[in-house]
Amino acid sequence: MQLPDAEKVFNSLARKIQADANKDYALVGIRTGGVWLAERLHQELAITKPLGILSVAFYRDDFDKIGLHTQIKPTEIPFEVEGAHILLVDDVLNTGRTVRAAINELFDYGRPASIVLATLVDRGGRELPIAAKYIGIELELPDEKMLAVKLGESGKLSLNLYVKNSTE
Amino acid sequence: MINRNPQLNENGALQHLLTTEGLPLSMLLHILDSAESFVGVTERDVKKIPLLRGKSIFNLFFESSTRTRTTFEIAAKRLSADVINLNIAVSAQSKGEALLDTVDNLSAMNADMFVVRHAQSGAAHLIAKHVRSGIHVINAGDGSHAHPTQALLDMFTIRRYKHDFHNLRVAIIGDILHSRVARSQIHALTTLGVPEVRVIAPKTLLPKMVERLGVHVYHDMAKGLKDVDVLMMLRLQNERMKGANLPSAEEYFKYYGLTAEKLSLARRDAIVMHPGPMNRGVEIDSAVADGKQSVILPQVTFGIAVRMAVMSILTGNQA
Amino acid sequence: MKIHIKNGRFIDPRSGVDAVQDVFIAKGKIVGIGKAPAEFQASRIIDAQSLIVCPGLVDLSVRLREPGLEYKATLESEMKATVAGGVTSIACPPDTDPPLDEPGLVEMLKHRAKNLNQAHVYPIGALTQGLKGERLTEMAELNDAGCVVFGQPDGLLSNLRVLMQAMRYASTFDFSVWLRPQEISLTGDGVAHDGEVATRLGLLTIPVCAETIAISNIILLAKETGVKVHLCRISSAEGLMMIRAAKQQGLPITCDVTINHLHLSDMDIGYFDSNCHLMPPLRGFDDRDALRQGLLNGTIDAICSDHAPVDEDAKLLPFGQSEIGATGVELLLPLTLKWGTEMRLSLPKILAKITSDPASILGIDAGHLSVGSAADICIFDPERYWKVTFSAILSQGKNTPFMGMELPGSIKYTLVNGHIVYEN
Repeated sequence: MQLPDAEKVFNSLARKIQADANKDYALVGIRTGGVWLAERLHQELAITKPLGILSVAFYRDDFDKIGLHTQIKPTEIPFEVEGAHILLVDDVLNTGRTVRAAINELFDYGRPASIVLATLVDRGGRELPIAAKYIGIELELPDEKMLAVKLGESGKLSLNLYVKNSTE
Repeated sequence: MINRNPQLNENGALQHLLTTEGLPLSMLLHILDSAESFVGVTERDVKKIPLLRGKSIFNLFFESSTRTRTTFEIAAKRLSADVINLNIAVSAQSKGEALLDTVDNLSAMNADMFVVRHAQSGAAHLIAKHVRSGIHVINAGDGSHAHPTQALLDMFTIRRYKHDFHNLRVAIIGDILHSRVARSQIHALTTLGVPEVRVIAPKTLLPKMVERLGVHVYHDMAKGLKDVDVLMMLRLQNERMKGANLPSAEEYFKYYGLTAEKLSLARRDAIVMHPGPMNRGVEIDSAVADGKQSVILPQVTFGIAVRMAVMSILTGNQA
Repeated sequence: MKIHIKNGRFIDPRSGVDAVQDVFIAKGKIVGIGKAPAEFQASRIIDAQSLIVCPGLVDLSVRLREPGLEYKATLESEMKATVAGGVTSIACPPDTDPPLDEPGLVEMLKHRAKNLNQAHVYPIGALTQGLKGERLTEMAELNDAGCVVFGQPDGLLSNLRVLMQAMRYASTFDFSVWLRPQEISLTGDGVAHDGEVATRLGLLTIPVCAETIAISNIILLAKETGVKVHLCRISSAEGLMMIRAAKQQGLPITCDVTINHLHLSDMDIGYFDSNCHLMPPLRGFDDRDALRQGLLNGTIDAICSDHAPVDEDAKLLPFGQSEIGATGVELLLPLTLKWGTEMRLSLPKILAKITSDPASILGIDAGHLSVGSAADICIFDPERYWKVTFSAILSQGKNTPFMGMELPGSIKYTLVNGHIVYEN
């Protein structure tokens, strides 16, 4: 299956946010793919507030199944969440469960004025009432395929498909 | 007969935490690394995360220790688990109920985890062997055998201040013979690659063949503290202070108590640790305990994060 | 009942006979070896093709747990286990509840055992009243009741004057005194050998000197009193050296070792296996190797099972709180064979350690086979391995460090006084 060029999708996402940027967003990326996107957006949109990073591992609802195996890098929110307009950034939006976990975690840091969501790819398949305000591209993909954003050595983003449970 | 390490499940994942002995390096590092993330949580305004929501953790203390029990309780609560404290030293055991009957009764109440403290070496192993799969056991101190979470929080503290284990000289000072903390520290330090671990004590407080654990034995503080990076003090129990182990607390303090003067023999940037509670004026002088090389209070803080990490890792590893 | 055991390999360790010969039994005695007496009409023929026919085994320490400790095991269960192990004579330590310190208790035990019509039971009389180490027992009366020797199984008496007098009194009647050498004040609450394993596991220790100091005291008191001494359950290399020296001086001293100490060391405690909570404690590799050699060179005179059935609950405790002891009377032959074959000994030499040698220590006419002797016989298959399991062990106690292991030597028949008391 031919996947779109991630860099082009990213540019289109950035333009959509820019066109709408009437608010002083605080950017928060969800580990790991969301953080790469948020870092790029932070630069490109010249946002003044420091970038926040969320590790939703402690808030996941499938902890019983997956355990605490992988290396957990900590959450870092270097700004006051109370009263902030937060732009949450993730690479791929699917069931919505990761975003649910991220929202829960943000509320443990304070009460934001608003939270909106930006995602590079919306592949549908929602299991929760969650929607992104900014979407790079919408893709329909077979259920058994996982989609992830990768960061190449040159700093370029790419989209990758692989089969669930494979070691890839 | 071939016995699988009773801490690990069939897939080699950590099922119980009973001792630091025999734990692979990667597993120790995984616990320490995970604890780093939990330190972040403990520094927030809202210190609670929903990771163990709905889990029941029983603090099973057959030997009373308010201090240790509290740190496990805080760790469990910050993970949103339900904590049930049982001070069995004064309840069922005094009525003659057998240890494993108590465990069976509590298992029937759908326990997910037991945190066990017991005066007998091996008690946590016994319980871990007995419980149905799916229940996790954390050893919070068994006799003179092991106290793995204390040792892990000590390792965490050392790494925070010294960053790397591979160029350190570490001295453990005091009652090694009766200390579960010392045994767990020694196994953790050697696994993490500390090139020189020393123990300093009079001969009456050292177990036989202790050097086989991979430590260098000193009886003289002046020699033992030379060029040391980390000093790990041990608590001297009241009942050991006079009698057949030692003549008096005063003589012990004079020769083995840590004073500013003795500390000056170690490296200038050496850190001083103590598992608490301290006997000031017996194993450590107040000036040192409260001095700028002391990291005794940070140990307590990190202790919560390390216990959160252990509880989370165990819960995530289903049998 | 007349029995003809045919085609078996007949071994009598005392005389050294080892040959395929038939054995003929009548009226509880052996009436012929090799050829049948005139007009012998067997009512039962046992085909012992490829089996060993040897004297019934003699075990110097089997606890029947009666009187008083029936929750651990009963006379019935343990007597069954005894003959299932090919054992036909047993010495029973006095550590029952109450201890065997009164003629009435001893008579009762002998009587009940006799009614079961299985192995011969030889109670060891208590050396002091209540085993408390304060007052002497009525040894002569106890002897009349059936005690052949006198012992103090729980380590050395704390009062050496009482011990000396007890030894002196026993020597008056030429009774031998059986002592387990262990200095109590050096034992304390110890549960394990003072070595690397106890250091790692944080277990309270019993140093080797607890044994050697006791041996030294006993040897000196034996010289002083002239009593015959049997040292029970030797565990250390150093202790063995002292016994060797004492024997070379010509002192009337014998000693034994258990099947557990012959094969295991403190390493076998592993992750706090309470089945390895034994007394004396399992010691180091060097000690174990010295015991194996000591048995070979004759410093150690016999192997015993030190059979101690323990109820399951009493072992399901932390190591230090678990009850001491291991079941073993059914493992006496297998573990002796295992030692002997590993040492490349001949079968008569191996079997002597559990037949004729212990019989002479106990001072009984048993452990040998010749025309005219009692037909106490053990017939076993030396090539057959069997697995130690809960159901394979008939003793009520299932507590053994060897659980799950495959061991050589399967008992086929046990005969006591010419009766088949066990058949498999």
